[in-house]
Order: sequence, then C-alpha cells, then structure tokens
Amino acid sequence: MGQIKLSINGKSYTIDADESMPLLWAVRDFVGLTGSKFGCGIAQCGACTMHMDGEPIRSCSVPLASAKGKKITTIEGIGTEDKLHAVQEAWIEEQVPQCGYCQSGQIMSAVALLKTHASPTDEQIDEAMQGNICRCGTYDRIRKAIKRAAVG
Amino acid sequence: MKRRSFLRNTGLTGAGLFVGFSLTQCKVDEVPGIINLLKTNIDNEAIGLALNNYLNIDPSGLITIMAHKPEMGQGTFHSIPLILAEELDVDPDGISIKIAKGDEERYGPQGVGGSGSVRDMWMPLRNLGASARHMLRQAAANTWGIDIKDTSTDNGFVIGKEGVKLSYGDLVEKAKDIEVPETIELKAISEFKYIGKSKKRTDINSKVNGSANFGIDMRVEGMVYASIVHCPGWKGTVKSIDDADTRKIAGVTDVVKTVRPLFKNTQEAVAVIADTYWAALQGARALKVSWEDNKHAISTEDIFKTMHSKTKEDGMLDKENGQFETAFAKSDTPFEATYETPFLSHSPIEPMGCLADVKGDKAEVWATTQTPGWCKGEMAKMLEIKPENITINIPFLGGAFGRRLIHGPILQACDLSKKIGKPVRVLWTREEDTMNGPFRPGSVNALRGTLSAEGKIDSLEHKVVTPSIGHALFGRDASTKVPGSAMAPLHEYYTIPNYRSKYVFMDVDPMPLLWWRSVYSSTNVFAHESFIDELAVAAKKDPMDFRLDLLEDDERKHKLLKTLRQRSDWDKALPEGWGKGVAISHCFQATAAHVVYISKTGTGVKIEKIHTAVDCGIAVNENNIIAQAEGCIVMGLTAAYKDAMIVKDGVTQNSNFHNYRMLRINEIPELDIFVMKNEESPVGAGEPGLPPVAPALTNAIFNLTGNRIRKLPFELDKVGVIG
Repeated sequence: MGQIKLSINGKSYTIDADESMPLLWAVRDFVGLTGSKFGCGIAQCGACTMHMDGEPIRSCSVPLASAKGKKITTIEGIGTEDKLHAVQEAWIEEQVPQCGYCQSGQIMSAVALLKTHASPTDEQIDEAMQGNICRCGTYDRIRKAIKRAAVG
Repeated sequence: MKRRSFLRNTGLTGAGLFVGFSLTQCKVDEVPGIINLLKTNIDNEAIGLALNNYLNIDPSGLITIMAHKPEMGQGTFHSIPLILAEELDVDPDGISIKIAKGDEERYGPQGVGGSGSVRDMWMPLRNLGASARHMLRQAAANTWGIDIKDTSTDNGFVIGKEGVKLSYGDLVEKAKDIEVPETIELKAISEFKYIGKSKKRTDINSKVNGSANFGIDMRVEGMVYASIVHCPGWKGTVKSIDDADTRKIAGVTDVVKTVRPLFKNTQEAVAVIADTYWAALQGARALKVSWEDNKHAISTEDIFKTMHSKTKEDGMLDKENGQFETAFAKSDTPFEATYETPFLSHSPIEPMGCLADVKGDKAEVWATTQTPGWCKGEMAKMLEIKPENITINIPFLGGAFGRRLIHGPILQACDLSKKIGKPVRVLWTREEDTMNGPFRPGSVNALRGTLSAEGKIDSLEHKVVTPSIGHALFGRDASTKVPGSAMAPLHEYYTIPNYRSKYVFMDVDPMPLLWWRSVYSSTNVFAHESFIDELAVAAKKDPMDFRLDLLEDDERKHKLLKTLRQRSDWDKALPEGWGKGVAISHCFQATAAHVVYISKTGTGVKIEKIHTAVDCGIAVNENNIIAQAEGCIVMGLTAAYKDAMIVKDGVTQNSNFHNYRMLRINEIPELDIFVMKNEESPVGAGEPGLPPVAPALTNAIFNLTGNRIRKLPFELDKVGVIG
C-alpha cells in the first residue's frame, strides 16, 4: 500500500492503494466515478476505456503504477454539465445505446479517434473501435454517430 | 371490490387478468433509478398525487410514470410509459419516468422475457392512461359546469369551450376522487400522437455520460466486496480450503463457503470477502480449494455424438397433420439432412453480481433481475423471511438476453450478507460467468421430406434432439412428455400437407441450461429454414418463390416476404462473385425475415448487406424496433460463426472474450431494416429477428459456393472451399 497521486479529469486525488491495482478499480471504488465499466478484466472488451495523456487505454489492465503522473480522462470528464461532447450528442442523435453498459468505453474510443482523425474513414473507424465489444449489437449506429460527430 | 376502482388501478378489463393490485391510492414511493449512497440528496420520490399505480401528477404539473419492467437494453423503460402517456395525452418527452421497485402486488407481472412487455401491457396501460384522462376531463368539466363531452385534451391540458384550458396539475386534486366508468373510450389508432413515431428513448441521455446506474454501480454504507470461486463441474462439494495465501492479502477479511442455487441443483462455491473488489479478486485468485466429486465427465463432444445417434430413435410425436409416414414412403427420392447448433453463453457485457443487505428478518437487494417477482419468492424461501420484508431495487441491467431470468448471483449475495452480517456486493469475474453457465442448449435436428411431381413439399418431418431447459433447471419430465417450448416455432410455419414434428430428450445433467434470446427458435429455425432451402434447390425453384408459395394462406407473412423481396432487389441479377439467401421465422408472435448478400473473398465469404423486414404489429417506437433488429442480427451472426461453448471432463474450456469471441464493429455489413405498417396489436421486437439470421447466411453461402453448412458455428473465412 502507498499514497498514489492521480490526476483525473483535471482534479488531483491521493489514493491509499496497492500499486498493482488496476486504474479502473481506483477510479470506480476510490474516486467514485462509476461511468467506466468492468467487462472482462483482460483488455478484451473495452468497457473500461479511459484516456491516459490523451491515448485510449483499457483501464482494467493498467496498474496504478503506470498511471502515476499521467493525465487521466474518464467519460465523466469529456463534456460539461451544460454541454455534452460532440460525440455524446451524436450518440443521442443516432440513439446508439441499448443496455448502455459498454457505451462509456465506446464513446471514449470514439473521442480519441476523432482527435487524431477529424474525418475518419470506415477503415479507421474499424481500427479504432475494434477493441470495444457491444453485445447488444449497436455497431451500425456507433459508426453513424462517429461520422455525424466528425461532420459536426 | 368495486369494478370501477379495479379498472382505475389496473387498467385491466378482461376477466382472469386479476393480478392482485392494491386498491389504495397511496403515495408512490419509488426511486428514480437507484439510490446510490455515494451520491447525496437524490430526490427518490415520485411527487404528487397518484391517479393509479403507475401514474402520479403533481399540482406543479409534473407527471411521473413508473417504468415497472426492468430495462436491459430492450427499451421498455421508455416504450411502456409511452403507451400510458399516449392515452393520457401527454408527450412522453416532457414527463418524468422512474424505475419501479420489484413489487408485483402493485404493478402486476414485472418479468421481462419472451418479448412480452409491450404485448402484455398494451391494453392494461392504454386503459390506465384513458381512465386517468377521463378523470382529469371530468374534473375540468365539473369546474366549468359543462358536460365532459365538451372537453378535449392536448399534451397535459384539458380544453373546454372557447379554448379555455386547465393543466393536469391544476386538476389532479379534484380528479383523484372521480369514479371511472365501466368502459373507457380509447383513442382510435389514427389519433395516436406519440405511438408509431420514432421517439428518442429517455434512458439514453444518461447512458452517454456515465451517469446511468447499473447493477455494478450500486453502493451502500458499510458494504464489502465478494469475489467467488465456483466448483468446476457444477455438482461437487468443498472438501477443503487452503486460504493461507488469501489471508495475506491486505483488505481480505473473510473466506466463506457459499452456494449458487440452480433450482434442482446447487453449485457450491467459496467467497473471498474484502474491503475492496481488487483485494477480494486477488484473494480469490490465491485461494486453493479441493473439491470432492466435481468431475462429472460431461463433455460437449460426447453430448453431440449421443444426440446424433438419438436422431435414429423414434422420439415422441409432437404434432402431425396429414399422413407423414404414408406420404414419405411414396417417394423414390426422399431428402434427409441433419443440422447441429452449439451450446452458447449469454455473456451480457455487465458481469453477474448483486448487492444484498440482509438484516434479521429483512432483506434489500440491488439486483439486475429480469424477474423481480420470482426473485422475491426465491429470496423469501432461501432466507425464510416474508416477501413483504424484501425490497428489490432494479438498476439498469447491463444486457441480459435471458441470462438474468434466474437468480444465482442474487441469492448468493443474500447468503453471504446473512452469513457475515454486512451488505455484500458480489461480483463475478468474466471467467466465472462464461465457465459456469447456464448455457443455451445445443441441438441436433433431423429433417426428412419429399417433393410432389410439381415440385411442392409433399411431406416433411422435423425431429428435434435437444436437452430440455425445464428438465435442467427443475427436473421436469421431458423423456415421456414433449416440452412444448422446445418445438418453437415449428407450428407457426408453412402449410405442408403431410407434416409431423418429433422430440427426443437428451439429458445433460448437471450442466445448467437457460432461455437464451429467442430460445429454441434460435436452433430450430436454422434447421428448418436450411432444409426448406435444400428442398427448394431440389425442386429447382427460386427459394423466395418457394417460400411465398408455402405462405399463400398466411396473409401477413406473405406480405412481409413480398415486401422484403422488393426492398432487397431479390430479382435483380447478382454482381459477379455474389450470392444471396433468404430465411423467415415467427417467434413470440412477431415475424422477421432477412435477405443476406455475400461475396467471395479468398477461401471465405464476406457479408455485404442484410435486408430485414419485421412485423410486430403497431410499432410503438419504430426506431427502437429497428435497434432490436440490429441487435438480433449481430447476436445471430455471432452465434453462426464465432465460438461454441466447449466442455471437456465437466470443465468449460471457454473463459473470456478471447476464446468466446464476439462480433466486432469491423464485421458489420450494411443493414437495411424496415418495419411493416399495420394496425395489429403490438407484440415484442426483442427476439424475433434473431432466428432467421444464420439460415439466411448459410443459404447465401450455398447459393454462392455450393457448400451447404449444416453445423454451427462455422468459419466464415473457410466456407468458400467445398469439402
């Protein structure tokens, strides 16, 4: 155990936890931000996707030791109370979520994609979004929403 | 009981629908979503006065409708209140929808399964909305001293003569005591303002910013976490536990024997309790448990061998029309084929779990259940407490697909909370969920048939060899009595002169089985629609023509298929290297059909485009019906060419998404889904699209490559090569 300093959504937190604990559990159970989800624990489903220094990561498989000193962004940190992120708005317009459980991770992957590719091709969407499983099968709408957000 | 009060409270007018509602017009005390004690000051009460058990109106004008069906992605959180709102004549976008607790005394059946929510609640909720609207109109008429006939309504207002109006909020105090007449006039379908449009689902806003509360997000003061190690092989017992390494992990407080009840069977398990989930999980990984008699030598390979040999058994007659035996014997060129479908896991993306707080003779759970009433009964039995002492909070379910119809993790959390005297959050790993089932039953289907000289089907026998879910769970007799559901939807298909269906039981105990999205239709339809295609080819008929001919007596299905034919350009010449296939099925009273286009790529095929037609009666929310069809296509394709569940020596070999693979975004073809327009009573859309997906695809593969796929799953990148 030790005092670990984390920067999450622009705020600093000091957590008394084991350095081997995955970032996901620190964010959910210590910081109390529960939008990022646990789905597989082995970086196969993407439900836990966050950004670390702007890059999408599977937080279920990133130990706290690797997150120290990095800027972490979660689903709670991409929009504001008054204004959603363009990707979130596109998600509503296209009515993407069904159960919704995987969608925080989907949105975080999409936000990261649009940062590097303002108008992504289908191939670039496939590449960036392949790590995110949606068991409800909302993929067609995810693709449409990404294109809508890219235009908007 | 006074019939009028009954109508007002339940919306039920037919006989035999009584479900034991309370008649008191008490204040609604349900929560919006779920109380998460990490968040404070949540307004958790539907404010205002109750006009019935589902509807509250506050004098300020705020209208609250309870979503009493658990939301697992199917959209009932929105579509069920929408039905009441339509008859009440308020825009559902402007109301407050709150998730009800599990309380069937109050709401009637709350279970979600069999695509039944819209189908079963259509008339009750229309009646409730209409009776509340009547009460409000009468209150306004009394206020103005005019006849109710001279009033109308518009989005939350009653309108009188010369445009004078009062809001529902202004009227609710007077309205709540008004008697409802025996018969209530409902809106004509042409008067619907909100039903039949594509409305935005009101749960979706909270699902894009992380604020939606799922089972895993529930927290109460003083709770601890439990990670579980289940006995492999389902039926063994704990012989000894070595927890020396587990107890070295900081945060671990207890190691407790527990159970996972599966009705007739009980799976033993050991729980590691800790103050964080991570500590509990590490503790579970460090645990060494010896199990007694946990090898039951169940293997899926042996099961399929046995099921194939059982196709030779006579089996039990399920249904017969005409004279199959005589007609079949007449032909010199009979056709026979056998089809195989695998055991599958539901694998909803939210892993199994539950938060339970058992204190003395009271229990409260935050449970992702599809069956709140049944769950309450099981909890009462296990904990030996009164059902009225049990509170069931139902957060959003992170997917279900049938997996949350039974209550293993919920009862397990109750058992643990009772044993350690604290609120316990149970959370299974993905591996514990994948490996321990329950599974969709695998099947072997044997079909035989003959053609007449004109190339029409003269005889057809469909024999289903599969385990029975009712037997696996409850020990129901399936060896001398055909389990009806195992034959779905074979009785709702084509008109064939000499037809019979048969069932042969397969015992797979102790492997647990469960209803999986579209249940036995997901396996039977693959066989049936493949064999129909084989007969069409043998008869040298176009498979679309062949099916339309068989559906001549069934106007709705015929129309659906004809529409699909046009919409999919079925009769246009195919591009070079393309193939096409069609399949249709009827499931839970709705019909769906797909046309699949594929192209050749290397040794395999690529799915280019899928056209889909769905008929589920009046489209309560068309966009949501399309979404459900998309989901059915993705799940149907996954079942067709991803992974089977493999069990060897009683131990499941698949464990996580690397070896129980899901379809991903790069594999999704272009989709064109349309919903048939009619004025038939609405039925559910969550499942009917799934069964015809696999046969439409494999029929296309045959069309392109001549390779007839009779066993699922198969490898899409290898089917281009025959043999």
